[in-house]
Amino acid sequence: MSSIPLTHILSVSTALFCIGMYGLFTRRNMITMLMAIELMLNSVNINFVAFNKYLYPDKLDGIFFTLFIITIAAAEAAVAIAIIINLYRSHNSIDVEDAAEMKL
Amino acid sequence: MNLSLLIVLPLLTALVILFCKGLKQVRAIALAGSVAQLGVSVWLLVAYWQERTAGNQNAMVFENNYSWFTNLKINYHIGVDGISIAMILLTASVVVAGILVSWTMEKLSKEFFFLLILLSMGAYGFFISLDLFTLFFFLEIAVIPKFLLIGIWGSGKKEYSAMKLALMLMAGSALVFVGLMGIYYQTGSFDLLQISQAHIPVAVQNFFFPFAFLGFGIFAALFPFHTWVPDGHASAPTAASMFLAGISMKLGGYGCLRVATFLMPDAAHTYQWIIILLATIAIIYGAFATLMQTDLKYINAYSSVSHCGFVILGIGMLTQTSINGAVLQMVSHGLMTALFFAAIGMIYSRTHTRMVAQLGGLLKVMPFISTIFVIAGLCSLGLPGFSGFVAEMTVFMGSWQNPDGWYRLATILACASIVVTAVYILRAAGKTVMGPISNEHALLADATWNEKMAAVILVTGIVLIGVAPFLINQLITPGTEQIMLQVGKEITQK
Amino acid sequence: MSNYFYIIWIPLLPLITFLVLGIFGRKYVKGMAGTIGSLSLLGSTGLSLVAANQYFFVDGKVNGIYQKIIAFKYTWLEFSPNVSIDISVLIDPISVMMLVVVTFVSLMVHLFSLGYMKGEERFATYYAFLSLFTFSMLGLVLSGNIFQIYMFWELVGVSSFLLIGYYFDKPSAVAASKKAFIVTRFADLGFLIGILVLAFYGKTLDIGTLIERLTSLQSPEFISITGAGFLGVSVLTWGLTLVFIGGAGKSAMFPLHIWLPDAMEGPTPVSALIHAATMVVAGVYLVARLFPVFSMDQTSLDIVTYVGAFSALLAAIIACTQTDIKRVLAYSTMSQIGYMMFALGVSKQGGEAGLGYMASMFHLFTHAFFKSLLFLGAGAVIHMVHSNEMKDMGGLRKLMPVTHIAFLIGCLAIAGLPPFAGFFSKEEILLSAFQSNKIIFGIALFTAALTAFYMFRLYFSIFWSREATGHHGSHSEGTVSMKFPLVILAICAVAAGFVPFSHFITSDGVALETHMNIGFSVAPVVLSLLAIALAAIMYKTANDKPAKVAAAFSGVYRAASRKFYMDELYLFITQKIIFPLIGQPIAWIDKHIVDGLMNALASITAVFANLIKGIQSGKVQSYALYFFGGIAALAILFIYVWK
Repeated sequence: MSSIPLTHILSVSTALFCIGMYGLFTRRNMITMLMAIELMLNSVNINFVAFNKYLYPDKLDGIFFTLFIITIAAAEAAVAIAIIINLYRSHNSIDVEDAAEMKL
Repeated sequence: MNLSLLIVLPLLTALVILFCKGLKQVRAIALAGSVAQLGVSVWLLVAYWQERTAGNQNAMVFENNYSWFTNLKINYHIGVDGISIAMILLTASVVVAGILVSWTMEKLSKEFFFLLILLSMGAYGFFISLDLFTLFFFLEIAVIPKFLLIGIWGSGKKEYSAMKLALMLMAGSALVFVGLMGIYYQTGSFDLLQISQAHIPVAVQNFFFPFAFLGFGIFAALFPFHTWVPDGHASAPTAASMFLAGISMKLGGYGCLRVATFLMPDAAHTYQWIIILLATIAIIYGAFATLMQTDLKYINAYSSVSHCGFVILGIGMLTQTSINGAVLQMVSHGLMTALFFAAIGMIYSRTHTRMVAQLGGLLKVMPFISTIFVIAGLCSLGLPGFSGFVAEMTVFMGSWQNPDGWYRLATILACASIVVTAVYILRAAGKTVMGPISNEHALLADATWNEKMAAVILVTGIVLIGVAPFLINQLITPGTEQIMLQVGKEITQK
Repeated sequence: MSNYFYIIWIPLLPLITFLVLGIFGRKYVKGMAGTIGSLSLLGSTGLSLVAANQYFFVDGKVNGIYQKIIAFKYTWLEFSPNVSIDISVLIDPISVMMLVVVTFVSLMVHLFSLGYMKGEERFATYYAFLSLFTFSMLGLVLSGNIFQIYMFWELVGVSSFLLIGYYFDKPSAVAASKKAFIVTRFADLGFLIGILVLAFYGKTLDIGTLIERLTSLQSPEFISITGAGFLGVSVLTWGLTLVFIGGAGKSAMFPLHIWLPDAMEGPTPVSALIHAATMVVAGVYLVARLFPVFSMDQTSLDIVTYVGAFSALLAAIIACTQTDIKRVLAYSTMSQIGYMMFALGVSKQGGEAGLGYMASMFHLFTHAFFKSLLFLGAGAVIHMVHSNEMKDMGGLRKLMPVTHIAFLIGCLAIAGLPPFAGFFSKEEILLSAFQSNKIIFGIALFTAALTAFYMFRLYFSIFWSREATGHHGSHSEGTVSMKFPLVILAICAVAAGFVPFSHFITSDGVALETHMNIGFSVAPVVLSLLAIALAAIMYKTANDKPAKVAAAFSGVYRAASRKFYMDELYLFITQKIIFPLIGQPIAWIDKHIVDGLMNALASITAVFANLIKGIQSGKVQSYALYFFGGIAALAILFIYVWK
């Protein structure tokens, strides 16, 4: 049953987080950046679930948090996509560097 | 009499100006406010006399003390003695004159007069503060408007000058602040009178005195931190030049005296030789530098460096007479240099040049302006009958009382500067006012009523001090005696 | 002690006139300015004569000694207890004598100017300045406080500046006025430091107290001032010499005389008043005022003597070569003041030995009359000819008979021929020089002969020499107001010598009996007569003798006519040394080093800002990178380093 040690799961979530972070730093495409953020959120979700399961098996706090995050991530994705679409309409581009009007 | 009136009145004037429309309304309000302020200042003088003749022997009169920020023991503590009253009267006269001179300031007139009044409020607050924190607060209020006045309404390389002036004065304030903090943490109080009663250990004094003195010294154009003076004055609009030289530089001298020397007298003795050395250099150096200038405003600015050197010299010599002389010189120089800048401004607004070489024979077309120009010049070179003579002679007599041989030499050098002063003043006056007139200036008009009024106010002050110095001497002597009491105290603890 | 309070009105009347004319003169009372000025001065002169009469003949003398009376005193500016500038009115023989001289000559000049300056655009300003000068000079002579003397000293200096620069659109007048002011200011520096020295040791600024303390050998002040020394010379000598430098500047003594000839750029009546009769003798007056102190110190007296004698000789030599008639008179003024100076220098305090003091004051008195007469005469001539140059004149004796006679009387007086005023005073000076110093006596005698020579050179060149040419026939000699002062002054130039001066003014206030020594007078009179004869031969008719003489002494002549290159020397010092070697380097240092340092400070700050401003790129991604990099670094620090 408990053959998979906690460290393996944490390694996966850390890898997932780093991949997301890398994507966030390197990509200029907003859709890709949004996807990278989703990856990072999901790595956190994995952490919550894993810790819940291994440290407090008789509680559900971690699961609840995960559900919250999934909900918020969905809302956030909807808002972000709306912004991106509007930006695309006005700038004909979804590259972050192109929306630089506020910069000096 | 409630001294807060001196701050409230300009504040109200400034606020009303913000709600006015058009140059005519704005200047009327500004003039009314500043004249009322002059009235209040004169009333203050009268009330002060009455108080003194009634037997009030306190160091400060009309004191008011409210707690402002209790946790840090910051109080709004105000009060005046003769020295402050002399400074307040000087400020009030210069403000009225400055507003009259900028009577036709079309560009952003509302903001211009607002800033002028704000600046004057800072100066009044500074002169009546007896709490180091409020003193510093008002000092800062007086700095910022200058930056805007020069940067927006100035001429020439105004951005550079405004930046230079603001940065150097800010550096001065920062040094002052360090000095004040040093005093505060040593004595646990911001109250000037309380601190003067407590004795600050000599080592602490020696450490913090240079900060305070140097900081205020930058305001008073102490060599070698005087370079903001020429550029700042040259770029500033006329009224701002008058305020700058007539009021702002006096904040420095007053601070050197009231804060640095009064609170840390032992350190004043320690650093006396440096102060005198720097002052003597400033006097001689400023005078010779003036000799080589070709722009009227630069001439007056460098001569201000030289003349403010007398203030520092008088303070540095630490005798009763020399400190009297320093105060007299502050008042005298304030009036005289404001008059000078007013005259230069009037000449510039007509001829559109300030270069000595391009001017000549103005006495023929503008006798009034030329006359006040010559009066300012003669006051500057210390002619009896004008305030400059009284002030300079008092400084010389006081300095000579200090029996140290080297200080005597410094006094002689300072005396020698009056010859150089005569040379540059006569060069400037001889070239601009006298001599043949160029054709393009032959049809210019003389002063208008507002310019005449401005000049008359300042000349009245100059002549009054010059003809009846015993009046102002009686006014300031009790104040300087208080300071001497501190300075003359034996060093009891090491 | 009777009341002399009314004396303060003598200087106050001209002051009020100055204020009225200065403020309202330009617009309101322009035409009446001359009348107002002259009337107020008439009042002053009247009061002076009343005061002189009261002092000398009624109640000035107590037990045979003329007293010093303080008629008025008010503490004007107190420096420290006991040391204060008191505005005071001091009455003693010399101040009363000066009161009369100043008001009288000034009145004559006021009257003369009514005609001479008529039609000038700045007529009222002219009278305002004249009144200012008169006020200042009267304040100076009445001073009972040494600092008060300095104040009025500066004021007469500035009035002189304003009046020399009266024709302000003439560059030469502007230059001359600046030169006069700056040179005397330089000398005043000496005076000021001298005052500081004397006041510090004497512990007072009051002249009476100062004299009292510094003349008694036992007083602590005297012991301290003679005990202290600087560069091997006693401080008393320093103080007095510095004060004398001030006096020498105002009185145009060598080497500070260079401003006086140039000062002739002012209107001629001004030259008569300021640069001949009154202001330039202020230096002599100053030394006389402090004479008791000077007499305590032989070194400073010697300096006074030799400077005076040398100036007298030098000026007389230069005067022989000048062609501008006002400059000739200017140098003769300098020469005569040199006489007064060395007469003081060879004198002693009190009794018979004080003859030089009395002689000096006597010469000051007579000189004021005949020199202002000569200047006003010259003014009348210039008014007619419209030129200052001798070559434009000649043969004017028929056109200007009154001026001619008056001028001749003036020349005879200055040449020292009996019975004119100059004879008596000059005789006393020569006698006092003879009694104390033979070298000085020799110089004085030679100078006296030279004086006679150049004055008659002037006289013959103006009034004889050649027939008057037509161009000035159209003018008349001048108005009555111009002739009247000439006549009055001519009478004075004759009569002033007969005043029994030594009964009134002596160094110690006790009357001194002087006796005319006929045998002694022969030599100077004969020498003067010979010099006049020589001048007559050379200049009475137009001929080539002057040119031949000039050629024979070409080196000396050229040097003298260029005033021994003193102006060039001063120009060299100011233009070639002070400006480029002091002024310019300082201006350069200020611009490049002091200001450069400030700018460098600003630049260094800017460089640092440039270095780190790249971090704020505005890219969210790089900010996020820094953020996570920071977190990672902190995590490593907390986990592995700080455990």
